[in-house]
Order: sequence, then C-alpha cells, then structure tokens
Amino acid sequence: MSGKKLRYLFAAHGLLILGIFLVSGMALAAFLAPWLAGCDPLRIDQNAILLSPSLVHPLGTDSLGRDVWARMLYGARVSLQVGLVSVGISVSIGTSVGLIAGWFRGLIDECLMRFVDIMLCFPAFFLILAVIAFLEPSLFNIMAVIGLTSWMGTARLVRAETLSLREREFIQAARLSGAGTVRILLRHILPNAAAPVLVSATLGVAGAILTESGLSFLGIGVQYPNPSWGNILIEGKETLGVAWWLSLFPGLAILFAVLGYNLLGEGLRDLLDRRSP
Amino acid sequence: MLRRILRKILWIGIVFIGITLVGFFVIHLAPGSPTDLQTTMNPLADAQAQERLAAFYGLDKPLYEQYALWLKRLVQLDFGNSMGSDSRPVTEKIAERLPLTLWINAATMLLTLLLSVPIGVCAARKRGGVFDKITTLIVFLGFALPGFWLSLLLMVQFSIELQWLPLSGLVSLDYASLSLPEKALDIARHLLLPIFVSTFGSLAGMSRFMRASMLDVLRSDFILTARAKGLPERLVLFRHALANALLPLITILGLSVPGLIGGSVILEYIFSLPGMGQLFYNAVMARDYPLIMGNLVLGAVLTLAGNLLADFAYGLADPRIRSGLLLDGKREEG
Repeated sequence: MSGKKLRYLFAAHGLLILGIFLVSGMALAAFLAPWLAGCDPLRIDQNAILLSPSLVHPLGTDSLGRDVWARMLYGARVSLQVGLVSVGISVSIGTSVGLIAGWFRGLIDECLMRFVDIMLCFPAFFLILAVIAFLEPSLFNIMAVIGLTSWMGTARLVRAETLSLREREFIQAARLSGAGTVRILLRHILPNAAAPVLVSATLGVAGAILTESGLSFLGIGVQYPNPSWGNILIEGKETLGVAWWLSLFPGLAILFAVLGYNLLGEGLRDLLDRRSP
Repeated sequence: MLRRILRKILWIGIVFIGITLVGFFVIHLAPGSPTDLQTTMNPLADAQAQERLAAFYGLDKPLYEQYALWLKRLVQLDFGNSMGSDSRPVTEKIAERLPLTLWINAATMLLTLLLSVPIGVCAARKRGGVFDKITTLIVFLGFALPGFWLSLLLMVQFSIELQWLPLSGLVSLDYASLSLPEKALDIARHLLLPIFVSTFGSLAGMSRFMRASMLDVLRSDFILTARAKGLPERLVLFRHALANALLPLITILGLSVPGLIGGSVILEYIFSLPGMGQLFYNAVMARDYPLIMGNLVLGAVLTLAGNLLADFAYGLADPRIRSGLLLDGKREEG
C-alpha cells in the first residue's frame, strides 16, 4: 500500500484503527497470559511484599508479594471473558425479543415492550448488585447477571429494524415463496438488522468490562485469590499513597480496554451506517 | 389529548406494578435466606428457631401471599422494617439517606448541563476543527475512565499528596463545634471530589449528544433560510439552532437518572458518603430483604419519575407537541 493511501486510511478511520489496535492488544495479552506472565499470578512471596516496579517485577508486587504484571495479564482474561460472554447473552435475548415483538406486533409486541420499559426503570447497577449478593459471586454468575440486565437496548433496536424490514418487498417475496416464519426471521430479517446489533454489541463489551471491574472493586465480583483488574484496585485503595503501582496499572488497563471497544464500536458505526453523513 | 393522558396513566400503572413484581421476585427467587445470617452463625439457634424467625418475618407463607402483603403495605408507603439489628422502618432509613444522594445527583446534572451545552455547540459549530477534535478525544476518554479509578487518583493527589481536601466522609471530626458558614464550607469541601467525578462521568455522553443534536439541527432548512436572509451567525446559532437542539436533551436528562442512582453505589462507597448508594450496598451485604427491596423499588420509581418529568417538560418546551402537531410523543416509538 502506498504512503498516500495509508495516510488517507488513517485520516478517515484513525480512531477505528486505534480501537482495533487496543482490542487486539488486550486479546493477545489474555491469550498469551501463561507465556507472558513469567510466574504464577497466585504465588505468594513473603520476601517481595509491596515492591515497586523493577526488572524482576515489571509492575511491582502487591501486599502478599504476588507479581502484579502476572495478575494483570490473567485479569485481562477475566475482563475479556466477562465482556464477550455477557454480551453474547444480552445480544441473544435482545435479538430474540426484538425479532418476536417486531414481527408479531399487536399484543405480543405490547407486552414485550412494556417489559423492556420496566427493566429499563431499574438502575442496572442496583439490580446487578442485589442479584449477585444473593448468588455466589462467581464468574459465571457475574456474566449471566450482566447479560440478563443489559439486553433491552438491543431488543428495541432489533424491533425497530424488524418493523421496517417486514414491510419490504423481499420479505413479501420470501413469504409468497412459502418460507416459514422462523426462516424469514433468521435468514432474511436478522442479516439485514445485523449491522446496528454488531455496533451495540461492541459497545456492550465495553460496558460489561466496566461493570465487572466495578463489581470486583466493591468486593462482590471476582473473588480472591483470583485476579481481576477490579480487585487489584481494591488493594490499590487500601495502599493509597503508599503503592501507586497497585492503583495506576489496573486503572489504565480498564481505561484502554474500554476505550478500545468504544472506538471499535463507533468506528464500525461510521463504516456500516450508510445513512449517517 | 385526553386519550394520550389516559394511555400515559395506564402505562405508568403497568410499569409500576412491573417494577414491584420484578423487584420482589428477583430477590425472593434467589437462593439463600435472610435468616441465614442470624442463625447459621449462632450455635444456639436450632432448626426450630430458624422456623420461628422465618415465621416472624412472614417468610414461611407462599410467595404470592408475601408479595400481596408487601404490595398492600407498599401502597401505604410502608416498606416494612429493616432486618438489621436496629429493626427501624425502611422508609425512615431511606429518608435520612436519600437527600444527600439527590443533592449530589442534582448538582451533577446541573453542572453537566452547564458544561455540556457550550461544549457541544462549540464542537458542532466547526465540525472537524481543533476544538471538535480535542473534545472528541476527551469524550472518548471520559466514556472509558472508570469513575472509581478517577476517584482514587484524585484522592491521592488532592487529599494525600497536597492535603487540600479531606479524604472521605461527609463532615470532619470537629463538625459539631463549627459555626454555620464553616459547616457549609466543610460539607462543600467533602463533596467537591465526588461531584467532580460524577460530573466528569456524565459529561462525556451529554456533550457528545449535544453536539450530535446541534449538528442535526444545523442541517435543517430553516437554518439555511436564517443564514440566507443574512442573520448574523451568532443569532443563527443561539436563537434558531440552540433552541431546537436543546429539546432532545430533556429526554436524555430523564434517561440519565438510573445511571446516576446506580453510580452512587460505587461513588458513596469510595468516599464513605452516607447516602442511598451506601445504604443499599450495606443492605445487600447484610441480605436485608426489606431494605434491599425498598431501595430497588425506590430507585426504579425515581427513574420512572425522571422519565415522566422529562416527558412533561418536553411537552412544555416544544410548542409542536403542546399544540398536538406531533401527536405521537417520544415514548410511543420505544
């Protein structure tokens, strides 16, 4: 690719490229964690308590002498997993609800959309906190609860797309040629509504990562000794003013991960949405 | 018009019942019982004592009966008594915590509004200009910055390093001995960082929205007309464009209520502020059913009220809706 073309690409989609860069960086860190870490993230070393960053411990150690760099890498796995799985859940629910409401309209639509209204009234963090506190705060529960409380936006989006698509000629053609409802919904409507769903899913990953780190920071997310960016920050809070590396690095990691998915989402929106100027 | 109002009232009723249903069943279907904490820790408590305790709180009745009882008392604004050791009414506990949270959120909203409107207008006026690019960058950072992390950084800088501001809490230790203006100053110093963090968090979304709204209006024909008839740019922007671009902001303000209330949990946790968020966090930790449900339902009802207020304000502000030209309001398409 010539330099001119490259410059044009960056000028037009610079933020998207930055987003891809950040997102793939995080994914690499998560996948390669066992090889990059250099040591066990759970290993306690009483001779290395609260060491500042050095060559042996690039990001320092925590109050139990565990290597922060290794914990950060394994924390990336947690964040990535929570982001992808909970969004998978929320997109599946949201898409199904949206397709059904938009296709059948009438009473079904009315009931489903009122349920969406109701769910949207709950401050999401209140609802998540309440449910998590009654369940075991395990990784699976966190992902399930975040997914179950964040599907409403996707549902509204898919419903609106379905409502407008169902009147189009190609859908009538599919109907006339004898396609069943399920086939029309999955083969004809869903692919045409995929672009905005993809955008909202990408932005959803960012939101889920933030929520998980918030929960872990409150002590009801990922539990010790397992590392997560949020629970490394707990130690950062406890050693405030003493061990700056315990609050700086996990925060930066959350910032860049969320930034990456947001940029990717916004970039995709610009790319995919032909209506926007 | 009457039809619209009736529809709205019906909608409010349905959503309210839905809120109580979801709130009640989410809490009660979750495994674990609120009496666990008082009994399993206590070696003197046998199975019989556990049953007596469950009966005392009415937990032995079937779920729908519990719900009916709870709803009946709810309508009389009685959320029951806390299961904590003080056994005080939930309404009383919430009432003493709610004002602080509302004040912080109101201050946040006001500041966000005051800042995001000029930022959005300036960014939209010269789209792609230097100001637009810088604010876009800041907006993306603002979206991604975890509020609790920003709080920690600010606490280190201003409370520990520079010692300008108190670390946490609402009042200082010597609060009782201070004079009235000193008291006000003391509280203000304690609330400065929390309100800053909270405002920074909502500023990104709001200014982004204001920019988009402004850009949208600037494309319309009446702006072209205004420019074509030679109005100065200042008048075009502030008289013609801004008035219209502000309208959707009302809806967004209403929609930001649940985020603010939910966000108060972490904020009040970090800064040890005795607000509703902290109360809720403690209730969750103690599995205090009535208190959790009280908070959950109140949070949702506040959101509902925020949305309705926004709808109402929208109707007042937009003459097209007032005169019934745009009959289907914002809500119907949702």
